Amino acid sequence: MTPPASTPSAAAAGPADTVWTEEVSLIDRIPRSVAMIGLFVAFIALWQFTVSVGLVSPIILASPWATLEQLIFVGNNLLSGDYMLRALWITTKEVVYSFALAITLGFSLGVLVGETGFGERAVMPYLVAIDTMPKIAFAPLFIAWLGFDIHSKVALATFVATFPIVVGTAAGLHAADENSRLLFKTMGASRLQTLLKMKLPTGLPHFFTGLKIASVGVMAGAITGEFLGGGKGFGELIRVAASQLDTARVFALIIYLSLVGLATFGLVVWAQRRLVFWQKASVGGDALP
Amino acid sequence: MTSAVTAFAPAGLDARPVYELRNVTKTFPKRNVHALDRVDLTLREGSFASVIGASGCGKSTLLKIMAGLLPPSSGSVVLAGKPVTGPRRDIGMMFQQATLFPWRTAIENVVLPIEIRDGKSAAQAKHADARALLELVGLKDFAHVFPNELSGGMAQRAAICRMLITEPAVLLLDEPFSALDELTRDFMNMELQRICLARNATSFLVTHSIQEAVVLSDVVYVMSPRPGRFVEAVTVDLPRPRTLEMITTPRFGALVDRIRSRLDKGAFL
Repeated sequence: MTPPASTPSAAAAGPADTVWTEEVSLIDRIPRSVAMIGLFVAFIALWQFTVSVGLVSPIILASPWATLEQLIFVGNNLLSGDYMLRALWITTKEVVYSFALAITLGFSLGVLVGETGFGERAVMPYLVAIDTMPKIAFAPLFIAWLGFDIHSKVALATFVATFPIVVGTAAGLHAADENSRLLFKTMGASRLQTLLKMKLPTGLPHFFTGLKIASVGVMAGAITGEFLGGGKGFGELIRVAASQLDTARVFALIIYLSLVGLATFGLVVWAQRRLVFWQKASVGGDALP
Repeated sequence: MTSAVTAFAPAGLDARPVYELRNVTKTFPKRNVHALDRVDLTLREGSFASVIGASGCGKSTLLKIMAGLLPPSSGSVVLAGKPVTGPRRDIGMMFQQATLFPWRTAIENVVLPIEIRDGKSAAQAKHADARALLELVGLKDFAHVFPNELSGGMAQRAAICRMLITEPAVLLLDEPFSALDELTRDFMNMELQRICLARNATSFLVTHSIQEAVVLSDVVYVMSPRPGRFVEAVTVDLPRPRTLEMITTPRFGALVDRIRSRLDKGAFL
């Protein structure tokens, strides 16, 4: 028996009972993957258009195609273990060393500042004063002190990355609420116990926020050091390519370099997910897909 | 002026006094505040006492002194024959917030006081006791659940277990359920009574709610501010165990009225 044309069909009978539903605009209904790919394609198309029409000289802005060629060239060089891989390895070492140093230093200073009255009153003002300086400007000094080798780059990158960790650690130690403090007092906890069993775990999310900022900072510091102080790192490759007006090569190198930065950042996010497991919901959302 | 109230025994005059405060005074010279004025208080074993008063009348100061978190300016504070000079394991305390730590499971939160005082292995050895306590408060199946999966009432029950795990001689309750909704709060009050009766616990409750004070207590101390002092001790002669139905009885109403009238006179000046 077919229903008359005026009444809803059987399939539509259910939804037809719903008289009022939330309207989602068309643009918000595009699936994330489609939206991301679409934006990427649009960006490349605009880029290609700008170059093909001759709005910008190819010497100043390489075409996407030239960049892709360079991406393949650099990729081959990296895979074959040639000089570019050695350069990337040097930069990676700088990033790893300076990140480890920054964590050690930043955490220690953060505990000093966040836990002791001496640190808060006497040390913190100096840290704030140094933090407000443009830290990259110290690069020539580090090169003068430590030479053109990896040390000056590690020093600069550590210098840049330490402060966010100090601030994150100190803020974390102040994050515990009055109830938690009172509770630990009533349990007769020592200062060390309070620090280890309450303040530090409570402050972990803040600490990781500092780490994320620092993970971006170490890369910036290491590359700046290489730009200004030579050496054999990836920054030097970029500098040379740029001086030869080989913008396609510069783009390709930056893209590979960003993989190192992404890996560092990803490592921090992974560690945060493992350690601050009770904050599952809020961790993933803030950076990586 | 003499202190309006001398301590007297509510339930069972002959019960052993557990906690005794004599002439406890507290002033904060820096802020020029006279927080407590010659407070006398005796808690007898197995009794339940409450103090009620407006905000800022000195209830919290009194509780902090009793918990050993704050020294009195003068007077003596004696628990189980020994003067209180700091936080002690025979004092159990509970706050408005459950304050469970999210990186510890319910049972790990419960044994935390043991871990702090006696170390990790002692805490491990107490897991059986902790499980029994969780069962007592109806959280048997939630021992290994993390706090963010517990409701507000469940979290407060776990906090009760954490307070009881050290087998304290006295329980100090600082508005323990006031952050809960009213239905949960009524229920938790009955649970609290059941637990206290089951363990013959000596308890001291700070509250803003007259009804809550009356339904739980053997004696209710009415406190007036500036300086904080007890203006009356109202004995609650309702039979145990109390039920929520008693709230509608005339006797209950009369007690509430009596306490309210005392509060009206002194508390809000």
